[in-house]
Amino acid sequence: MHAHPIIETEQTQVVSPAIQPHIQIQDLNIHIDGHHILKNINLSLPNNSITSIIGPSGCGKTTLLKTLNRLIDDTKGVQVSGSVFVNGEDIYAPNAEVTHIRKKMGLLSQKPFPLPMSIYDNIAYGPRIHGTRNKKELNAIVETQLKNVGLWEEVKDRLDQSATRLSIGQQQRLCLARGLAVKPEIILGDESTSALDPISTQTIENLLVELKKDYTIVLVTHILRQARRVSDYIIFVYGGEILEFGKTEEVLLNPKHEITRQYVKGFIS
Amino acid sequence: MLRTRLIKNAIAKQSSFVLLLISLSVVIIIGIGLTFKSIPLFESFNIWDLLTNHVWAPMKGSFGFLPFIMGTLSVTLVALLISCPLCILSSIYLTEYASNALKNMVLPLINVLAAIPPVLYGVWGVLFIVPAIQSYIAPLFGVSTSGYTILAGGIVLSVMIFPIMISIMVEVLKTIPAELKAASLSLGATKWETAQKVILRKAKPGIIAAIVLAISRAFGETIAVLMVCGNVSKIPTSIFDAGYPIPALIANNFGEMMSIPLYDSALMFSALLLFVIIFGFNLISRIILNRLEGKHNG
Repeated sequence: MHAHPIIETEQTQVVSPAIQPHIQIQDLNIHIDGHHILKNINLSLPNNSITSIIGPSGCGKTTLLKTLNRLIDDTKGVQVSGSVFVNGEDIYAPNAEVTHIRKKMGLLSQKPFPLPMSIYDNIAYGPRIHGTRNKKELNAIVETQLKNVGLWEEVKDRLDQSATRLSIGQQQRLCLARGLAVKPEIILGDESTSALDPISTQTIENLLVELKKDYTIVLVTHILRQARRVSDYIIFVYGGEILEFGKTEEVLLNPKHEITRQYVKGFIS
Repeated sequence: MLRTRLIKNAIAKQSSFVLLLISLSVVIIIGIGLTFKSIPLFESFNIWDLLTNHVWAPMKGSFGFLPFIMGTLSVTLVALLISCPLCILSSIYLTEYASNALKNMVLPLINVLAAIPPVLYGVWGVLFIVPAIQSYIAPLFGVSTSGYTILAGGIVLSVMIFPIMISIMVEVLKTIPAELKAASLSLGATKWETAQKVILRKAKPGIIAAIVLAISRAFGETIAVLMVCGNVSKIPTSIFDAGYPIPALIANNFGEMMSIPLYDSALMFSALLLFVIIFGFNLISRIILNRLEGKHNG
């Protein structure tokens, strides 16, 4: 769990796009109960763009995403080695403060999990934890974030109702707004539309595309068409390794690796 | 072949239904039996007087149940005040913070605690809790007492309901989805903030159910409480007074002094009282739980 000196290993086959990195992963290896889940990951994620992580089930996509906000810490029997730099700060350094790191990253999970409280309190939860107590300020945050995700008009008259009464698509937008309320720099999405109907999916996708001007967005998805629609860059993970990383069109239309080609054509899933 | 199988099925269905009816009818029969046996007392006294009179002097024909009702309620309340916070925090520690190794060690130990016979808790109370109250705790508050008090009963009782409370609460907390915790953690909340504001809130109906089960057990607990709480039929005014809970009244007096008029009937009435208290309590908590669940899922 200690920081390695910054050296590019020769095993790095992946050439990162030439954009200043927001998130940089170095020599990351993850073992869970002795299984080597992620192998020697070296990666620089570009700012203000959407990067999709694709790959077959069980390849380590979600694990890779979870290492970015250290939610991986809560997995039993996990061992992490290597570094993840966010704005040049190693989040796996011994003195790194995990709540501070997580505040920088909004997480949008597979299914919406609204907190067991009102719509208003769901949004205000994060800011309150980080010290905002002023009612006016909180009101303003709630309104702005709900407008951000296009939910304000739908819920403004029932902010004090339980968030579980919203439709599942509305819940997912609420969860996105909840994440944005703590002013993150990065948005992580873990198959965030897999539980949604096509229209809600489209709403979320459009939102993400809109948000990328202010945020760096990393999505895990198993839907290739979605990766093509929304992402600027694609990472293809296979068997715990990154086989390919590049611009969306390059990876999808002109993959360098045979396995990527087969996956893209739908021969492997 | 098919015919026999169908017949077997029909027999199984009918016989399990009959067995269910038998076990349910036991409850009803107990209720009816107790009421029936209490009738002689009702013929001489009005129920309201029995419940509000605080003089228990069977020899003089005075049957006041208020001291026993208050004794039962106060011992149970003290036990709850001690055990609820302890159990809630312990179960949060076990589910959210503790390592697997610790969990695997502690949970079986708690089951052992549950298997200890009540009389041993009573002995432990007499040997340790009662003297401790007499010579250390009560003097702190400037009170002198024998140590056989409501507080002693409450402490012993709270230890007795620990196991059931903790094990149910741990089961309840385990059902909270990991993603919900992740949602709170990913907003930068600490584990404690998550436990306080999200997990406990989500688990509220289950935690209340655990407390209700523990209270039902506490109301009826007899021998251990009887050994430490003094058994003086007076309304307790502080936790350093002796108390006399209903189960202790029945256990101490049943079969003795039956020559006194209406005594037998009075004890039956106290049993009925206990029955009604537990029944009503469960009913009320069921209603509260239904409301809570409705609020969460609706």
